[in-house]
Amino acid sequence: MAETRPTSTDQDISEALGERVRRAAEAGTPLRIEGGDTKAFYGRPVEGETLSTREHRGITSYDPVELIVSVRAGTPLAELEAALAEQGQMLGCEPPHFGADATVGGMVATGLSGPRRPWAGSVRDFVLGIRLITQDGVQQRFGGEVMKNVAGYDLSRLMVGAQGTLGLVTEVSLKVLPRPGARHSLRLEMPRAEAMAKLAEWGRSPLPLTAAAWHEGALHLRLEGGPSSVAATRERLGGDDLDNGFWEDLREQRLAFFSREDARPLWRLSLPHNTPSLDLPGVAEADLLYDWGGTQRWLRSDLDADILREACARAGGHATCLGAREGRGQADPFMPLEPVVEKYHRTLKAQLDPKGIFNPGRLYAAI
Amino acid sequence: MNILYDERLDGELAPTDKAEVLADLQRSAPGLTLLHREEDLRPFECDGLAAYRVLPMLVALPETLEQVETLMKRCRALGVPVVTRGAGTGLSGGALPLEQGVLLVMSRFNRILDVDPDARIARLQPGVRNLAISEAAAPYGLYYAPDPSSQIACSIGGNVAENAGGVHCLKYGLTVHNVMKVEVITIEGERMTLGSEALDAPGLDLLALFTGSEGMLGVVTEITVKLLPKPETAKVLMASFDDVEKAGRAVGDIIAAGIIPGGLEMMDRLAIRAAEDFVKAGYPVEAEAILLCELDGVEADVDDDCATVRKVLEKAGATDIRQARDEAERALFWAGRKNAFPAVGRMSPDYYCMDGTIPRRELPRVLKGIAELSEEYGLRVANVFHAGDGNMHPLILFDANREGELEQAEAFGGKILELCVEAGGSITGEHGVGREKINQMCAQFAPSELTVFHAVKAAFDPGRLLNPGKNIPTLARCAEFGAMHVHNNELPHPELPRF
Repeated sequence: MAETRPTSTDQDISEALGERVRRAAEAGTPLRIEGGDTKAFYGRPVEGETLSTREHRGITSYDPVELIVSVRAGTPLAELEAALAEQGQMLGCEPPHFGADATVGGMVATGLSGPRRPWAGSVRDFVLGIRLITQDGVQQRFGGEVMKNVAGYDLSRLMVGAQGTLGLVTEVSLKVLPRPGARHSLRLEMPRAEAMAKLAEWGRSPLPLTAAAWHEGALHLRLEGGPSSVAATRERLGGDDLDNGFWEDLREQRLAFFSREDARPLWRLSLPHNTPSLDLPGVAEADLLYDWGGTQRWLRSDLDADILREACARAGGHATCLGAREGRGQADPFMPLEPVVEKYHRTLKAQLDPKGIFNPGRLYAAI
Repeated sequence: MNILYDERLDGELAPTDKAEVLADLQRSAPGLTLLHREEDLRPFECDGLAAYRVLPMLVALPETLEQVETLMKRCRALGVPVVTRGAGTGLSGGALPLEQGVLLVMSRFNRILDVDPDARIARLQPGVRNLAISEAAAPYGLYYAPDPSSQIACSIGGNVAENAGGVHCLKYGLTVHNVMKVEVITIEGERMTLGSEALDAPGLDLLALFTGSEGMLGVVTEITVKLLPKPETAKVLMASFDDVEKAGRAVGDIIAAGIIPGGLEMMDRLAIRAAEDFVKAGYPVEAEAILLCELDGVEADVDDDCATVRKVLEKAGATDIRQARDEAERALFWAGRKNAFPAVGRMSPDYYCMDGTIPRRELPRVLKGIAELSEEYGLRVANVFHAGDGNMHPLILFDANREGELEQAEAFGGKILELCVEAGGSITGEHGVGREKINQMCAQFAPSELTVFHAVKAAFDPGRLLNPGKNIPTLARCAEFGAMHVHNNELPHPELPRF
């Protein structure tokens, strides 16, 4: 028997969503926007009436030759990825799901990308257009289904990672990529410093690398591209074969490192390429997992948030606390903004959401 | 349309007195170079859209950030509009001065501050030329990907303001995909950093919002860009077609084969002939269209892809397929394409360059539409496209000295943009809205969408002092011109200084 994948019931409920928003604005009722509710841990809790996008679902247009897909926010991410895979294509940003119910809207709202990010780009890099319900309940269209479009301000990419604080994203148009012809993963035993030096060296040459993570004495690499170059690079680098499933386990935080049994908060450190070890007090090498070629470092630590954030800021990066996932995190999830930047966050929020109905407080208390 | 700022349609401005403003700025920003005599202002009266000319009230040429800060604070206090200019190569009049405004010229900020080969980034002042970045990165085997045709002259600050593109966008993205961080000075004279040398920054993605905002939200004073390793090899195939639509379909077929070319460009018969006459690139002058397909990456993969593309092109009905034998021939193939604008300029007293984008699948239909319009208006059109990403640059040939031809070219251009919007595309893919396409914005966006743009503007510049009259039309302007959609509101421009 052929396996069938579940398909959603395509429907457009944008009018009803618009009406909800309009009424909420009228009454000044805050809304807690929810897709699959798989990434609630990534941000501050929101007090408000739940507005679910899950019924607003379906792929509205997909022409593989265009490399563009348009999809409603409530569509399950898995369903979109399956539709792309059928055509030999994929989402270049390799977004984490964190649960079977993850939606396309949640991917856009959080802007979280997977192991391929340093080489292929982030969620925002693949967004070409959006439909957005603004505070007046009207569905608006920004950007579009073309690769290049510089008419007006780039509101589409602004919404990525905004966590629903500026409006309700109802549909998104994304650039998609062909799946690579060949894929092979490797594991190379080597100390961290050597791994980082190698990555800096390889970064200057056109190797078919699309993922690089170091943990517990080994560098894990993924090669993707044409069969010829993948085979040649595999030959050149040597090492042991690694199951390609490693990257999904890393992306979905299913590796032992992310175990819930560890009571310490989980931190995400985002740092420039080639940042040396931060030498954080009390942090052992096993407490760190280097992803994105060292630019995204996961840390298990009870370290004081201010000390940690100061160290990251000195290195030109920032730190996000995901401890709240298990209800343990005390620190605010996102690093505080510089005062001038914070001021313009507030003025922008006040302009686009004057009643403060869209996910208030989700990113920062004032936004 | 009227080039001049029209307070009735573009919004009121506070009255300003040139002598007073000059005295104020001289007093508050000692050492700041200020030009105020007509003969000194004249070189700044236009950008790359040379038909649009306005003499600015004053030109400021700061050399320090403190001078920029002071300038912004004083202009805000005095209610004087500020138009920021980079190298002045823009094609949409984005740096067109205001009679009652200060033109802030950033060209003296022209230093490459740092190239870090291990982190693969470069830190730049805004006046650094686009090509100079790749030149500085070359010793490390790195380069900066976006390559607008004006890259030997245009500045990175202008590239950020316009979200500039080039011929490699499909694979390597636009400016927004290649900029990591910018330093900004706001209209209030505050400094802020957007983005990060890390791959993301906390908070809203204001970096994306500022990229392509045409100097309407702040002044960019420093840019950190991403550098990429130079591809091991790049090979280019040139395919001839006896039918333009066949060439258009071949573009889709290449993508459908799972290949993302580094560059995929198309030219039609008139453009081919013009280019061949001009640079002797070895183009087939008898062809109705050619495709240039560049494949880059690791040698072995590129060879495989060349073979695949060759098969696709044969199947698509190409009458001839040639692969550049060596680097010299590859450069020659590209020289024809990169010189297409001036080449066409040699064939006609005037031409008008459009910048619409369309979904790639619409290419054959839109090409046919353009050909029909060409007959209807009795004007020749040379088609040059970034075919891989659906960005069209039809060049309408006309003679402004002939009675009525100018108006015909305007109307024709308007029809082409209408066709693009109708096909699901955009009025501008990479040249920007500027002053040139301000009325056409009314055709692409509904009043409620424009209102959202105005709200964004108000968050950063509530007094509307940064580049007023550009990029986003007022609702009053759209009420007046909206009903006309994209007709009859372009001024022609004579030959543009393009490369």
